[in-house]
Amino acid sequence: MMLYTAVVEPFVEYGFMRRALVASMALGLGSGPVGVLLMLRRMSLVGDAMSHAVLPGAAIGFLVAGGLSLLAMGIGGLVAGLSVALLAGLVSRTTKLKEDASFASFYLTSLALGVLIVSLHGSNLDLLHILFGTILAVNAQAVYLVAGISCFSLLMLALVYRPLVAECFDPGFLRAVGGMGSFYHIIFLLLVVLNLVAGFQALGTLMAVGLMMLPAAIAQLWARTLPGMFAVAAGCASLSGLIGLLASYHLSTASGPSIILTASLIYALSLIFSPCGALWHFVKRSHLTG
Amino acid sequence: MSVAPIQFDNVTLTYDRHPAVHHLSGAFEPGSLTAITGPNGAGKSTLLKALMGELTPVEGQISRCGLSVRELGYLPQAAEIDRQFPITVADAVILGAWRQIGPFGGVKRDIAKRAQQALAAVGLEGFERRAVGALSAGQFQRVLFARLLLQDARVIVLDEPFTAIDARTTRDLLEIVVRWHGEGRTVIAVLHDFDQVRAYFPNTLLLARELIGWGPTAHTLTETNLVRARAMAESWDESAHICTRPEAVQ
Repeated sequence: MMLYTAVVEPFVEYGFMRRALVASMALGLGSGPVGVLLMLRRMSLVGDAMSHAVLPGAAIGFLVAGGLSLLAMGIGGLVAGLSVALLAGLVSRTTKLKEDASFASFYLTSLALGVLIVSLHGSNLDLLHILFGTILAVNAQAVYLVAGISCFSLLMLALVYRPLVAECFDPGFLRAVGGMGSFYHIIFLLLVVLNLVAGFQALGTLMAVGLMMLPAAIAQLWARTLPGMFAVAAGCASLSGLIGLLASYHLSTASGPSIILTASLIYALSLIFSPCGALWHFVKRSHLTG
Repeated sequence: MSVAPIQFDNVTLTYDRHPAVHHLSGAFEPGSLTAITGPNGAGKSTLLKALMGELTPVEGQISRCGLSVRELGYLPQAAEIDRQFPITVADAVILGAWRQIGPFGGVKRDIAKRAQQALAAVGLEGFERRAVGALSAGQFQRVLFARLLLQDARVIVLDEPFTAIDARTTRDLLEIVVRWHGEGRTVIAVLHDFDQVRAYFPNTLLLARELIGWGPTAHTLTETNLVRARAMAESWDESAHICTRPEAVQ
């Protein structure tokens, strides 16, 4: 009975909790696998930069719609994120700057621009909403958007799995066989931006990347194969959503940070107890015969 | 197999306008087995990158005997490959069938069987399900050769295939190279070991940013040519003038 009260009742009693749960779990299912590929491609910081790059577009969407419009801010965020991704790619291909350096320059500009736009025409509350999100305030429309993006991400990942793997593993080979690596790189960046747009509705632009990168790091500690990593990352991200929301409900803490901190806690435990964790450095285990 | 040579016609390749390969002309004959060798910074890998279409010559032309770049079998330097990527040996080898399966096609039974045969040919039978990250450098290189076997290309381009590889693996893989030559394939390999070149490669291209020699190995790897190659300045001249040389140097 206590378990029911602690775990099930909040979602039975309150519609906003149900919507938040579906949104966070859907977000985790899409963002987790995308995060794994982002990390394996050594683009973790690029993901962080992209999450900030979404801000000016969301702010312009906010201005155009005259308030917190989901669709306008989502489209604005998507356009801004993709523009920064493509511009950063263009700069790294036409100048001496590496992609991470050009991303850093663009995202800092984007962050400043976004905050400036919102602060000029909105209130501090609006700014906080965009920066930190409000997962408990997501409506049915936002849940459909997040779930739709998750479905699209998983389908696209299944479709372009082989070229993405080939491009990560051996880009020179993919170029040699005419595998259009740049095209799939852009598709992948599109998936990153889409998931960040989905994430910022719930967790804000500053923490949207959290449900992408923390589960990806956890997955690398537990799984050895790529499909295994996808499953662990998606599972951990969804579990973080569930536990984080319950913690937020019972402890009266902010929901977004509670979800991210839950993922952080799983990460910390994984650092110690996973098969590649620190614990095994101190435990003497018998060796095998061959 | 291939009927026309791979032709370099007055090719110049540059980094920051400084020549990495300067006015190179010559041809890899069909079915030839050629080592590209020279000191560090001689432009060997740059030349391969141009052959693979990754670099465009600022001057001159490369003719690939009517083949498109994607029809060439290419083994990049090991440093360009992410060996920690979580991919199994079987999946890595099957990528060699890219021309048949493409980005979306299914892996049919005959391709899976050929992949297995390729692994057996390089001495890695039973390694199919192992992650490439768990392999030694030599075993990993065998995987890449198995991928090349699956590619079944008429022209095979190898960039430093035996660097940091143990002697036994090198010997085994050299046997595969010699077999490819026997099957009439054109094989081009960047190598550093002159003894290896003399023992296995009938033809040599000695490069030192400019062509020092190209032809039968015994006539190319002469003491005079090697002294000339070693004397080549590895770094470029910051105060160099604009090149006005009109013709190729043979």
